[in-house]
Amino acid sequence: MLHTVNKSPFTHNTLTEAARFATKGSVILLIEDGTLAARSGSKHEPALKEIMSRNDVYALEPDMKARGVGSVAEGVKLVDYDGFVDLVAQHKTNTWL
Amino acid sequence: MNDGTGNVDETENDQNVKKIMFVMRSAPHGTIYSYEGLETVLIMAAFEQDLTMVFIGDGLFALVKDQMTDDIGIKGFIKTYGVLDDYEVEKIYVDRISMEERGLVPEDFAIDIEVKEAEEIAAIMENQHAIIPY
Repeated sequence: MLHTVNKSPFTHNTLTEAARFATKGSVILLIEDGTLAARSGSKHEPALKEIMSRNDVYALEPDMKARGVGSVAEGVKLVDYDGFVDLVAQHKTNTWL
Repeated sequence: MNDGTGNVDETENDQNVKKIMFVMRSAPHGTIYSYEGLETVLIMAAFEQDLTMVFIGDGLFALVKDQMTDDIGIKGFIKTYGVLDDYEVEKIYVDRISMEERGLVPEDFAIDIEVKEAEEIAAIMENQHAIIPY
């Protein structure tokens, strides 16, 4: 399962909630404001690390760059739009709006 | 459809029935999402699809009984939940952690629900043709 998260962890608990329903082998993709969770040194980094100990976490690079997220927490895999399409093709999608 | 052997072609029927899960995460009244989700469930139920509703986060508040919406000038839709049973939508699950975080208990809900662990809900999610968020 591919769980997409498009809300900032600073305003919503969407990432935490989505991660709770991520089974083994499921991956999480941060898009739009969701990419703010990938910033290294933020207060959400420990929670992100905890999630990454169980599930792969991807972030959509164009959305990160657009927001000036800058340095990315170690372990987050960056994808471009083609990578996004690959993830969608490989998994069933669960969208957490 | 009859295939000539006297057997009804159930394969075709089964292909027309999809397993669809509605993930209800919005509180009622603040936005239209929760109500729209319920409407969509009823429409799809009329097409006899295999439906599941799961309530997570603030979505649980849509099911709380004794919602009194008169003073905010809207009709409210908690009563509409009562017809799900008539439409044979019976798989209605509530996430236990979301319930406890909000100080809710099963008796607070207007309809019969089943409280499930996140792991159980996640397993059901894996088994769907489509998951629709509201």
